[in-house]
Amino acid sequence: MGKRIGLEVSLSAAEAVKMADVDCIAAYPITPQTHIVEHLSELVNNGELDAEFIPVESEHSAMSVCAGIAAVGARAFTCTSSQGLALMNEIVHIVSSMRLPMVMILANRSLSAPISIWNDHTDVMSVRDCGWVQVFANNGQEVFDHVLFGYRVAESEKVMLPVMIHVDGFILTHVIEPVEFWETEQVERYLPEFKPVHALHPDRPVTMGCIAGPPIFSEVKVAQDEALIQSKSEIISAWKELGDIVGRNYKPIEGYKHEDAETLFITQGCFGETVSLAVDALRDEGKSVGLLMDRLWRPFPFEEFRQAVENAKSLIVIDRAISYGGQGGPLALDLRSALYKEKNEPIITNFICGLASRDVTIDDFKNIYNRSMEKIKVNPREEDFEYYGVRGK
Amino acid sequence: MEPTNVYAYKLVSRKEYFSPGHRACQGCAEALAVRLVGKALGRDTIAASATGCMEVVSTPLPFTNWNVPWIHVAFENAAAVASGAEAGMKALMRKGRLPKKKITFLAMAGDGGTSDIGIQALSGALERGHDFIYVCYDNEAYMNTGIQRSSSTPFGASTTTSPAGKVVPGQVTWKKNMPEIAAAHDIPYVATACPSYPIDLVQKVKKAARIKGPAYIHILSVCPTGWRLPPELSIKAGRLAVETGIFPLYEVEDGRYKFTVEVGILRPVSDYLKIQGRFRHLDEGMTGKIQKRVKEEYERLKKKVKMTQGD
Repeated sequence: MGKRIGLEVSLSAAEAVKMADVDCIAAYPITPQTHIVEHLSELVNNGELDAEFIPVESEHSAMSVCAGIAAVGARAFTCTSSQGLALMNEIVHIVSSMRLPMVMILANRSLSAPISIWNDHTDVMSVRDCGWVQVFANNGQEVFDHVLFGYRVAESEKVMLPVMIHVDGFILTHVIEPVEFWETEQVERYLPEFKPVHALHPDRPVTMGCIAGPPIFSEVKVAQDEALIQSKSEIISAWKELGDIVGRNYKPIEGYKHEDAETLFITQGCFGETVSLAVDALRDEGKSVGLLMDRLWRPFPFEEFRQAVENAKSLIVIDRAISYGGQGGPLALDLRSALYKEKNEPIITNFICGLASRDVTIDDFKNIYNRSMEKIKVNPREEDFEYYGVRGK
Repeated sequence: MEPTNVYAYKLVSRKEYFSPGHRACQGCAEALAVRLVGKALGRDTIAASATGCMEVVSTPLPFTNWNVPWIHVAFENAAAVASGAEAGMKALMRKGRLPKKKITFLAMAGDGGTSDIGIQALSGALERGHDFIYVCYDNEAYMNTGIQRSSSTPFGASTTTSPAGKVVPGQVTWKKNMPEIAAAHDIPYVATACPSYPIDLVQKVKKAARIKGPAYIHILSVCPTGWRLPPELSIKAGRLAVETGIFPLYEVEDGRYKFTVEVGILRPVSDYLKIQGRFRHLDEGMTGKIQKRVKEEYERLKKKVKMTQGD
């Protein structure tokens, strides 16, 4: 077992990047991602990590530089937030299409306007369809483990896709938590050297990033979608082996007191830990309630969700992003699609809350539970969605 | 041009790194320039290309004209992608995961990809000091999308977004001076070139590859389609651009300016303008204005040469 120490989550994320022995880091500072890159540049400048640190002039270049790094077969890392992600958006889509593996931590923060440095998932949802493997990490240990997991999955010959790790900004990135480091030997066993299928090298010239016309474009894109869908088996085996090595077991969705529950909360990110306390409190009041935390966001774990909600009568989906003009939050929309026409399809209520780090407490989740119970009694169509904790709503 | 004792053909490799069969227009001087750059750099090159004519004509999936490793990611980021490739290779070789080898990193883009949308990524890469060559193939407009004006389009030129109209006579701004902008980054090597002067071009590219650190080469690439001139006049137009002083061939090595092709007495700009349809509408007043500007800029450049070669 590796050493267990108390460390700010951003710093331990950087330490995990060091353990992964990345070759190059290209990043541009943006709150609340900054502590990760600051610590990485310290590690590089102190000779603790043998890597190139490329202090780019924008996030667009951060992702473009990472594309170049991965294309020559080196291990690339970057991290960003919110506006930074929006600026690099163009290239975020391209690197997955070009099958360039890398790991990016997204310190989740609201998208402007109004400008806000605080935490929600509006940035996450802006890249929902970008073709990356996307996972949520809910505490410091999960962040640490998932950096190593990220490279293991991304660089697998069966996957060859970039991996994005979602970490709630401030409420997770800036807290001090106990983290168990890995032993070097464990990392070596888990994460083999990056051997790309194709790399740019004069001894074996390849052309990357061609133009594709109507006769071939669709085939390329369908192959990309299939690659992401099929990455799930590799994701699950990477989690399994992680469990075998360090004894922590991860699944596409994590349950808490969910097996016998009539009502299930569904969350992404840190809110899961708060909701678990609300579940305890509601259980004390005799309510039949449990929780499912979505860890794997893309590829979406349809089968796992269908199975996990089999016995539930209703779901309370917590979203932290708005789909403007749409019929609810992005997580709720996916779940409704996933469960449509299932036998015993549960009634789904959807609450959008916690935008820009607005506090949602244990009591708030209890209120949300009660509100959900009222809604499903009165009018089944009212389940679509509502904003919680917003003045005037 | 550097004095040389060997026959010209021996200066240029017979090997093709940008192979025949690409889909560029007849008389495309940009394709010729790309070919010469490839010959100058040889096999141990990794190229990062911006979106544009050259990417479109040379890589229609599943075909390629590239005999060197080549990557295209997007329009504005050739300099950043090349930065990443250079940094990645550096790390891999230092960490012993790849055998050490001298590789030249080439970033290439058109004038739009360089002086407009890609200027930020270019400036960042030059400032960071990556060991790479950035080549701008300047055909003075967005030719790939259909001859729209860029900041590199010369004064007076008619394009599809700066058409010669009844009120506005085509492009009304002066061409952005990209080589000077690159030189302002205090990088070790900046040069202008033109495939109408192939030996000069090849020598500059070779020099850029020898020099450690960033190098910027700005290549005037005549575009018969966009400039409205017969394809057989491509090479001649390039020579006239140089002989009129409109596009002087020079280099800036460690801050020292030097003409590489001495012109002597400049020809009148009208010799260059009159063979191109994009300048057909120019009257004497406009031509005079261009002549005056060209002379002033040429004199300024001569002063820089004199000033920086003196010490």
